[in-house]
Amino acid sequence: MARTPAELVGAQPEPPFEITLDGRPVPALPGQTVAAALWSAGILAWRTTRVGGRPRGAFCGIGQCYDCLATINAVPNRRACLVPARPGDAITTQEGHGRAELSV
Amino acid sequence: MVGAACAYYAAQAGLTVTVIDRGPVAGGTTGTGEGNLLVSDKEPGPELELALLSVQLWHELAASLPSAIEYEAKGGLVVASSDDGLRALRGFAARQGEVGVTAHEVPADGLGELEPHLSPGLPGGIHYPQDAQVQPALAAAHLLKAAASQGRNQPRSRSRPRLRLRLGEEVTGLLTGADGAVRGVRTATGEVRAPYVVNAAGTWGGDLAKLAGVELPVLPRRGFVLVTEPLPRVVRRKVYAADYVADVASGSAALQTSAVVEGTAAGPVLIGSSRERVGFDRSLSTEVLRRLALGATALFPVLAGVRVMRTYTGFRPYLPDHLPAIGPDPRLPGLLHACGHEGAGVGLAPATGLAIARCLTGGEPPVDIAPFAPARFGPEPLGPGPRAA
Repeated sequence: MARTPAELVGAQPEPPFEITLDGRPVPALPGQTVAAALWSAGILAWRTTRVGGRPRGAFCGIGQCYDCLATINAVPNRRACLVPARPGDAITTQEGHGRAELSV
Repeated sequence: MVGAACAYYAAQAGLTVTVIDRGPVAGGTTGTGEGNLLVSDKEPGPELELALLSVQLWHELAASLPSAIEYEAKGGLVVASSDDGLRALRGFAARQGEVGVTAHEVPADGLGELEPHLSPGLPGGIHYPQDAQVQPALAAAHLLKAAASQGRNQPRSRSRPRLRLRLGEEVTGLLTGADGAVRGVRTATGEVRAPYVVNAAGTWGGDLAKLAGVELPVLPRRGFVLVTEPLPRVVRRKVYAADYVADVASGSAALQTSAVVEGTAAGPVLIGSSRERVGFDRSLSTEVLRRLALGATALFPVLAGVRVMRTYTGFRPYLPDHLPAIGPDPRLPGLLHACGHEGAGVGLAPATGLAIARCLTGGEPPVDIAPFAPARFGPEPLGPGPRAA
């Protein structure tokens, strides 16, 4: 198994909790961002591009590139690399702008 | 944009054109507009005549330019906020209808069908199907590219392109001959010789006129635009509040805002509009942004839940009578002006360019350009004879 930053620094986090991606349970540790939790579960993409529908996930990981946008608890365009995971957070794969319901 | 259109139609007429811009393409007012091609906001008169021809020319240009210019014949919807306002709009539209503008009144219960997100309870509006939109920076660039390819099929012109672009080069003076007529321009890096010089410097057209020794009182009229996050089609047309027309026509220097909301092909919704005469002050005015957001959410409540990504500001080239300067300057033979179109430069560019090309080739302008006479503000032309450059 790959070594994780938590192991490298000898972290002793509080017990894990659960978030979901498209209804599928994903474990998360206190202090982890949504992107970190998804990555830890081997999930690399949680958005598709507006024009080509291509997969996107974390790129810069520091809130600058806006590639990791996700719909979190029904709010679209949240930067998954900055939003701390909270127990029960419902992440949904964001399709394009994530505002399809507004389309007329 | 006006300069690009002048270059396009002049090259099409067989002339060799050099476009000199101190910045990049669309680095001035063109790049800070919304790309509106409007007839709806213009009262009957010379500007509307120019706009009607331009809308038609844009339609033709869109057929030959790449789809990247994002031309959309989306139409405009002017919305009244009161019954009195609707009556005024109705009268305005009736007068426009007499000169060729297509306008349909939309009753209160018909607004939702045209714009489902429009605030309920509005008394009605006028739908203008001729209004359209382009992405102005891309449109200017593609127009220049098309101008550069004019005459490519003719073997003789192979070695001499019809259009040369000199970007990042500022005009520092005009060259005149012994007869007092224009012979070209001087720039920071050299001289460009030409029998005609067209002043298409937009908001800075007054400065260029000054270099030529003539007066043209172009003033900057500042505007801000809010840009939302990318959205699906939430606003189908250009939708604006009825007081926009009065604000456009006003001569006041004080801040005026009127709601203008429109979607773009790229996704973001653009929110305007503000007008104020504060010189070339680029500082951010939160008061203006607040008013723009309020105006837009009053028309489209759905926008209250949408994020604004950024804002930009630009300077409309304002002439005191709100009409552009188009045509030869009788005070300096060889100098022509094509500037001062205020907020309508992108829309009015093709007809302006065509008129300038006709002036340059001795043809008849496609519309009467007498009302746009560049010397209308300044002193009478000097008598014949040599004059200092």
